[in-house]
Amino acid sequence: MATQNSRTAARLMVAPSVILLFIWMIVPLGLTIYFSFLRYNLLMPGTEQWAGLLNYQFFLTDPAFLTALVNTVMIVVGVLAITIVGGVLLALLLDQPVIGQGIVRLLVIAPFFVMPTVTALVWKNMFMNPVNGLLAWLQTSMGFTPHDWLAVTPLAAIIVIVAWQWLPFATLILLTALQSLDEEQKEAAEMDGAGPVSRFFYLVLPHLSRAITVVILIETIFLLSVFAEILVTTNGGPGNDSTNIAYLVYAQALLQFDVGGASAGGVVAVILANIVALFLLRAIGKTLEA
Amino acid sequence: MGSITLQRVNKAFGDLTVIPAIDLEIADGEFAVFVGPSGCGKSTLLRLIAGLEDVTSGAILIDGKDTTALPPARRGLSMVFQSYALYPHMSVRANIAFPLKMARLPAAEIEAKVQAAARTLNLTDYLDRKPRQLSGGQRQRVAIGRAIVRQPEAFLFDEPLSNLDAALRVQMRLEISELHQALGTTMIYVTHDQVEAMTMADKIVVLNRGNIEQVGSPLDLYRRPDNLFVAGFIGSPKMNFITGPVAAGLDCHTLGVRPEHIAVSTGGGLWTGTVGVAEHLGSDTYLHIHTENLGTLTVRAGGEIMLGHGDTVGLTPDMANLHKFDDKGRAIR
Repeated sequence: MATQNSRTAARLMVAPSVILLFIWMIVPLGLTIYFSFLRYNLLMPGTEQWAGLLNYQFFLTDPAFLTALVNTVMIVVGVLAITIVGGVLLALLLDQPVIGQGIVRLLVIAPFFVMPTVTALVWKNMFMNPVNGLLAWLQTSMGFTPHDWLAVTPLAAIIVIVAWQWLPFATLILLTALQSLDEEQKEAAEMDGAGPVSRFFYLVLPHLSRAITVVILIETIFLLSVFAEILVTTNGGPGNDSTNIAYLVYAQALLQFDVGGASAGGVVAVILANIVALFLLRAIGKTLEA
Repeated sequence: MGSITLQRVNKAFGDLTVIPAIDLEIADGEFAVFVGPSGCGKSTLLRLIAGLEDVTSGAILIDGKDTTALPPARRGLSMVFQSYALYPHMSVRANIAFPLKMARLPAAEIEAKVQAAARTLNLTDYLDRKPRQLSGGQRQRVAIGRAIVRQPEAFLFDEPLSNLDAALRVQMRLEISELHQALGTTMIYVTHDQVEAMTMADKIVVLNRGNIEQVGSPLDLYRRPDNLFVAGFIGSPKMNFITGPVAAGLDCHTLGVRPEHIAVSTGGGLWTGTVGVAEHLGSDTYLHIHTENLGTLTVRAGGEIMLGHGDTVGLTPDMANLHKFDDKGRAIR
């Protein structure tokens, strides 16, 4: 595969897919950037005008933008914290030999296969509903006043729902990592006098660090764009309490019909996501090399 | 100190008995080697002593105290594993210091002991490296360092040299022997390589399918094997076994002759045969000689001998060094 001929041939063979992928990426991005400079409202088609940076100015100075930014970060950090801590604990539990291990593992993984809209509806109607929900029933049966999750703590509710969805993913990755831990290392630590807690912190956790970074990377990419769960449960409300950037862009485009403003928001979201990705990849590159 | 006694130690996995009741005594300061073919239970026996496996019945006494129910860390033993089992994310220093850190020793004392262990093992220059930056022999030394730093009652080695290349293995063999001389601590060493057993041991324990076939000093086992298994396992190249009328003529079922106890001559001799493969090692020559009624015999001759494929030779066994075995494989003395 090293001769001049074979290299040229390889490039020619790869070219169609590379070109297709490039077009796939550049056309929507180019159009979005183009729209973001236009005064473009769906209610007034055909009246598009050049607007310069006005859309960006409006989007970035919108008080909802800052709220949405904070909410986005809260969702990412909150869900990551829950899934990683919970995932490590669940993985440790599932690594123990128990009867019916296969079935237990299948049950744990199941939430990942439920689509986000269904997940959100199940949680909204069956768990978090202050009248009919299971959580409300639990609270009333113990004499407390039922907590109206979606109205009082909408962001926490979203985080819980999304975390429930992503916990299986984290568990699965961490479980496989846990199973690859050398048995002799555990025995060596045992002989060296390390108890279960020391073994966890000195041996298991460092061994899992690589898997944890992978989980952080992949989950962050998806958590930045949480949308269906918000649309189905709170619609970003009350007020903007559970609006993230993705939902804000949606609201701009399809609730206020402001395609130009939404496009500007989209471009801002792309830039923010890339900044996050840059930092993440740099931090993760270090762990993965080590 | 570090004497180890096994009393009727028995291990079964479910219905499968891996080790039937075994009695064994290892004196303080002794270098004992468990040797046997793969799957003979030697590693299991070591893990029983270490406490990594529970005994099914029987007792393990370390230094006269019953430790059968104690967890591994409280038996005062340290172990070197086949894969070295170094902690990959810790530096050499942290690896060696780990058992001391777990014992909650003060930092200054830990550092002093780590430095001392590193000096003993020539690791001083590598203390800040990670295990993956070390060669196989260095990793081996780190594993040994982690074991000696605790000053245990006894060391357990589980085939520690099997991942090294041949030259390094010879060198590490010497280093471990020297370490044993220097520390004077009891060592139990598991190997399937009888050369390691012969060169290092004070006492060899030959195991076969969980049973102890014979216990004794290397030369004892070599000169006076109790049975066919030990006779065939100890010694390289293997002892020749002859059955049939020749053996019957000497009142035994199987006759054993070591390769060095057969003299080769170009003519005459008690037996005759044709040379098959001749392995010239320089100092010695191993001849594989096909005979008509004794099968193929391995014979050790001097390095100067110039025999090749197809030559006819006469063979004379050394009558004083014959090993006779009965039909059950036991030695007749």
